[in-house]
Amino acid sequence: MTAIATAPDAQAATDGAVKTKKLVIVDYSGELEKTWATLILASTAGAMEMETSVFITFWGLQTFVKDKKRITGENWMQKMMSFMQRPGVSHRKLSKMNFMGMGPWMMFKLAKKYNVASPKDLLEMAQAVGVKFIPCQMTMDMFGIKGSDLIDGLEEPVGAATALQLMTEADSTLFI
Amino acid sequence: MGNLEIKLKVDASGLSCPLPILRAAQGIKTVASGELIEVVATDAGSVKDFAAWASSTGNALVEQDSANGKFRFVLRRK
Repeated sequence: MTAIATAPDAQAATDGAVKTKKLVIVDYSGELEKTWATLILASTAGAMEMETSVFITFWGLQTFVKDKKRITGENWMQKMMSFMQRPGVSHRKLSKMNFMGMGPWMMFKLAKKYNVASPKDLLEMAQAVGVKFIPCQMTMDMFGIKGSDLIDGLEEPVGAATALQLMTEADSTLFI
Repeated sequence: MGNLEIKLKVDASGLSCPLPILRAAQGIKTVASGELIEVVATDAGSVKDFAAWASSTGNALVEQDSANGKFRFVLRRK
């Protein structure tokens, strides 16, 4: 372990002086298996006391729309887009082997059998350990997604400049 | 084994990655600094994962052993 006792971040740690690491994940794709990976890493990073931010953009934003919300958007194109890709963390599709929902159904069955936490559970655990989920304002505007369409506990929406600042200050950045 | 006083036991048997770590992280927050928790897991990856978690958080991995496919970790809160 490299003890960096002089770093201001380390002052919170009493005897086991460890520098706080920063992780940024860009949640871009919104597909089931990638969302799963994002939420496994985010929740674990939070549990490892890393300062963890997830920037949620493009298809990734659909994951953070409330599960029970069926259609989002103001105009017919935005509504059509949300109709074609059911929003919500529990309704993600696989990028391959989706087979009209057969693939995800089997994935969830297997996850249950092997005690793998679902994306929804992992999202709740990540929020409980202080992971910050930051929506992309531009994506919200383009898809007509309002703050009230999104789940509770998200950060204020920001843009690319803030995302880039977070990324350049982080110890590691993932684009998923 | 010594006579270490365990404040909290966390049974993560049967749970897949990353749940043993998440359960440990939740559990250790419920004890005071310097106190010990014990975690039992069956996930084979947990042996390396608990070492990584301890080194990242600064909580000490005081003791670990395995028997009959169960892995036991004793951790001291920083």
